[in-house]
Amino acid sequence: MSTTTSHRETSIEADAAVPLVRIVREFDAPPAKVFRAHTDPELLVRWLGPRDLTMTVEHYDCRTGGSYRYLHTRDGEEYGFHGSFHEVRPDSLIVQTFTFEGWPDGVALERLVLEDLGDGRTRLTATSLVDSFESRDAFLASGMESGVRQGYERLDDVLAEGA
Amino acid sequence: MAADQLSRAFSALADPTRRDIVARLTVGDATVNELAAPYAVTLQAVSKHLRVLEDAGLVSRSRDAQRRPVHLEADVLHLMTAWLERYRRRAEERYQRLDALLAELPDDPAPAPPPTAPRDPEEEP
Repeated sequence: MSTTTSHRETSIEADAAVPLVRIVREFDAPPAKVFRAHTDPELLVRWLGPRDLTMTVEHYDCRTGGSYRYLHTRDGEEYGFHGSFHEVRPDSLIVQTFTFEGWPDGVALERLVLEDLGDGRTRLTATSLVDSFESRDAFLASGMESGVRQGYERLDDVLAEGA
Repeated sequence: MAADQLSRAFSALADPTRRDIVARLTVGDATVNELAAPYAVTLQAVSKHLRVLEDAGLVSRSRDAQRRPVHLEADVLHLMTAWLERYRRRAEERYQRLDALLAELPDDPAPAPPPTAPRDPEEEP
């Protein structure tokens, strides 16, 4: 089951055979740049964290065998996330684990693949595999509310700032 | 739509035969016999699949005792799609911010050591 718009927009697919979610998106930037935006914590906080949360990176050692931990804070509430970098290949691959500390028994195996499309463009494919369909559905359902609330407001801000 | 019903719906679709049955029902209602025809399985097996789909709220059986055609509950499928669509939109929102960031970034960064790299004690400050 998937919802897809144009090639340029994010496409998403919830695999029916395994508890996996797959996202595909293309960028007008070469793989090295997209990779850097995923590995440099200073860049990461500029796009990854939800709008109504403050994202604080405790450490982010994006190398094979490295680990990471970051916090999202909202109104004094803290949500921690951590994981390990299992395999990191510059400009092409990041395989990592991901755990929400509010549910320490749950873990997702995430795989980020960057493909060079030429002409300074990149296709990103991100898959998240969890250990049960229930976990996958909870993972998908989480933050739905905030997603609806925020709508496209953040995009307006980005456009207003003038990239 | 409750999360447990969603889970049931997704789990129900985790089977290729059931996915195929749902795909065929998007065209129109069908009897169990009609649905079973293309598969090398017993009617009983198909009925079992239909029960799983029914429990998940994806199909319903009419009370018409003669044929009891199976009907696809398109609303449930639509809800599942809508639910995914919201998630997709959140990802798209994130990636639009990444677009803006990538547009700002210089192409060739001054190579800086990663902040977490262990410092070489011999290194000049």
